[in-house]
Amino acid sequence: MFQIRIHGRGGQGVVTAAELLSLAAFDEGRYAQAFPSFGSERMGAPVVSFCRIDDHEIRVREPVMEPDALIIVDPTLLHQVDVFGGCKPDGFILINTAKGFDELGLGEFVKDFRHERLLTVPAGELAREHTGRAVANAALLGGFAALSGLISLDAVARAIRERFTGAVGEGNVAAAQAAHAWVAEEMRELSGATAG
Amino acid sequence: MLRQVEGSRAVAEAVALCRPEVICAYPISPQTHIVENLSQLVKTGELSPCEFVNVESEFAAMSVAIGASATGARAYTATASQGLLYMTEALYNASGLGLPIVMTVANRAIGAPINIWNDHSDSMSQRDSGWIQLYAETNQEALDLHIEAFRLAEELSTPVMVCMDGFILTHAVERLEIPDQEQVDAFLPPFQPRQVLDPGEPISIGAMVGPEAFMEVKYLAHAKQMQALELIPEIAADFRGAFGRDSGGLIRCYRAEDAETIVVALGSVLGTIKDTIDELREQGVKIGVLGISSFRPFPLDAVREALGHAQRVVVLEKALAVGIGGIVAANVRMALAGIQLHGYTVIAGLGGRPITKTSLHRLFTDAAADRLEPLTFLDMDWDVVNRELERMGSSRASGPHAENILRDVGPVAAGPV
Amino acid sequence: MKAPAIRFYQTGSFAVGNRLLDPEQRSVQAGEQRTNSITCGHRACQGCGEALGARYALDAAMRACNGQMIAANATGCLEVFSTPYPETSWRIPWIHSLFGNAPAVSTGIAAALRAKGREDVRVVGQGGDGGTVDIGMACLSGMFERNDDVLYICYDNEAYMNTGVQRSGATPPAARTATTQAVGPEPGNVFGQGKSAPLIAMAHEIPYVATATVAELRDLEAKVQTAMEIRGARYLHVFVPCPLGWGSASKDTIRIARLAKESGIFPVFEARDGEVTDVSKIRRQIPVEEYLRPQKRFAHLFKPEVRTDVIARIQAGADRNIRRFGLLGRGADKEGAVLVGTCADQRTGTCAGPGQATCGLASQEEDDESGR
Repeated sequence: MFQIRIHGRGGQGVVTAAELLSLAAFDEGRYAQAFPSFGSERMGAPVVSFCRIDDHEIRVREPVMEPDALIIVDPTLLHQVDVFGGCKPDGFILINTAKGFDELGLGEFVKDFRHERLLTVPAGELAREHTGRAVANAALLGGFAALSGLISLDAVARAIRERFTGAVGEGNVAAAQAAHAWVAEEMRELSGATAG
Repeated sequence: MLRQVEGSRAVAEAVALCRPEVICAYPISPQTHIVENLSQLVKTGELSPCEFVNVESEFAAMSVAIGASATGARAYTATASQGLLYMTEALYNASGLGLPIVMTVANRAIGAPINIWNDHSDSMSQRDSGWIQLYAETNQEALDLHIEAFRLAEELSTPVMVCMDGFILTHAVERLEIPDQEQVDAFLPPFQPRQVLDPGEPISIGAMVGPEAFMEVKYLAHAKQMQALELIPEIAADFRGAFGRDSGGLIRCYRAEDAETIVVALGSVLGTIKDTIDELREQGVKIGVLGISSFRPFPLDAVREALGHAQRVVVLEKALAVGIGGIVAANVRMALAGIQLHGYTVIAGLGGRPITKTSLHRLFTDAAADRLEPLTFLDMDWDVVNRELERMGSSRASGPHAENILRDVGPVAAGPV
Repeated sequence: MKAPAIRFYQTGSFAVGNRLLDPEQRSVQAGEQRTNSITCGHRACQGCGEALGARYALDAAMRACNGQMIAANATGCLEVFSTPYPETSWRIPWIHSLFGNAPAVSTGIAAALRAKGREDVRVVGQGGDGGTVDIGMACLSGMFERNDDVLYICYDNEAYMNTGVQRSGATPPAARTATTQAVGPEPGNVFGQGKSAPLIAMAHEIPYVATATVAELRDLEAKVQTAMEIRGARYLHVFVPCPLGWGSASKDTIRIARLAKESGIFPVFEARDGEVTDVSKIRRQIPVEEYLRPQKRFAHLFKPEVRTDVIARIQAGADRNIRRFGLLGRGADKEGAVLVGTCADQRTGTCAGPGQATCGLASQEEDDESGR
């Protein structure tokens, strides 16, 4: 079972992100469970959502305590909320920002982590470019697909289109594709691969 | 059809498949998505003929359902927590009159202090109302139970509430098999009322009954629930035949046959418990779990048979009978009358406090070693409690409890716990 | 449809005359085909205004909808005295659920009928003042707000009678009840409280609101008939004296109801969509004292001394009603009538002017003067 935890603020599509992730996994024939942390919902308040993916029925119902992957939609949360609680050193972390981990003041924290699994992507800017709004959730999922290989970009795109019709859907798919490409490129650079 | 869909949406679609004729509900978290979805289905005409009534309170919701059901219409409503309490008088009225209304209770804690998160205090508070109470372990079971519930209710002419954990199930998106209309139509025939308000054959419903007949009339509600003990497994068996899966029934055991320690619980926590049980079994602990699906009627015989061979029983429940302790535990104890074993009550998850595998692991290990107190409050912060008790002891004007404790606990940033 | 004011020449009054009338002009109760919706054998007190009002109202309703009707009843006197287990005096389909939910149960019945395509069957909800004005107010307001197709009838005897005469939101000022006793500096129910359910109904702007009394039973029947010709939420408030609770003589029920109207204590009117459309004028105004004296619930206003101060306040209340509803004077005389909207003739543009022979209300006045 793979467990993802998504952190953001109300209005940033954190709950939808988990849902889309679960839709993508379902699309690929897997079992997925997505649910929010059910806080008092208001714009701007910290929100957490969870997604579990597995190849058989998922029975557990607790919040994700030890995520295999973290997606941070809003980097302003980094030093305000314990977003990294339970995170493992071989976990994936994807942060919506143009800055690097060191710049974010996380260098020390992640020094023993697997660096090819820690990435940042300016998903908000990519989203604005393709949809006109800086709602980064769909884009981040495209990036996450590239980072983790857990789900395919195609599945992410299908999930987005199922949830959002017309131009909104297409814009978000484009943003997801852009973020996917970005992350894939970052990963190539990180691993020093020469194959182009 | 297999779909990845929110629990509430699935329940709404299952209810719609049952062809209700009157839906009357008042919004309350965490039931809102169910009724919103149903209102949409009615408004588009997908669910037709059906009247969706936007009522002004939960008391009105149940009252409208009573009027509708008495007129021979299949009636449905949904609520939670405070809303369930607000309709209490009408709950007893519906069961006393024998009206086969089906209602979803999206389990939520009862205030004060006000709390929108999951526990079982709401439905537990109405366990004596005469309503049949079925608890869903999963969203699949939640949607399936509604289909079974209409059939059960109408056959016995008694109302049924389907309980599903608020937020945990209602707001979870997962992979579910939604039946199609033909399947449901074959399983659930049109409503044939035992009593109906009809100008062609006028009757009076709701007479006053004095001491000379009240006991007999009241007993009928109990007699119907005793019949339900037979009917619930029959309907579940029929359901398995028609839809190909197990949903409902009275109880369900998991790795309990040879267990020395058996955990008893209701609702979604059973999933987390099962994962924990598997881990402990790998460590050689002989532990299993009994899930109770029908809480009213309480399956005394089935529970006794399932638990009787164990050395110890741990009842883990999401409600508290203030002043005494466990509710489910007391019912389970009744089933075990005369049998000697260690009984432990664990109150957990009140007001939505997450029940984690880590905590359960520790709890069950302690239980298996008989290291538990008879009554345990799982993951309770005793420091906080004791500080408030000290405050109360030192001054009469000690202030409101909730506010004092919240100040102690500190601002809660959204995190997993 | 307004009840024709039929002259009964022998006494100069407007009594219910049936045998002397053409069949079409007779009351529903006069007909052999009346449904006896609530039939004999019930346990109401002798002279019960509610039993009288319910019988007239429901039989009129049954005629208006060709016998296709279902009734929901709140807990209260009517429900209790009509269904002493194991008997029932109801000959129509009838349900009693709870005290405060009769309007909601009615809504449910109407919804079920609609879902089943049986909108030919009509719904009547009924209850006393307690079940309507107090504990049933939320459900009543909800039914009004949704414009559910229900006629709700309130039988107002101004207190919780069935439980022993306790004060309700409809209890008038100074009235003695078990919880507003005739003791202390302000004996009886206090001034400055209470609510007008008809005005509340009007505030919801429902298609039809009307008040009636058991002194004018033809008028009551006519209003029920009118109500049944309309679809949507309708409210009928019927003034029904209670001999037991009011301490009046059983034989005086109808007379006291008439005194309530003629003193201005109880305005009789109709309203549509939130505006008063028709008013039943006071034929000969009487001072409130004449209304109060026959009722022991007001006895403390006369013994040991006459409380002219309290009676004056009650009179002021009645005068205010007269002014607000235009209960005196001729049909087109709007002076001081604050609440009266336009009368039917004015609305349809057929009014020939004030005081003209064609004014229905004016001719009533003329009859009154000549018949004295």
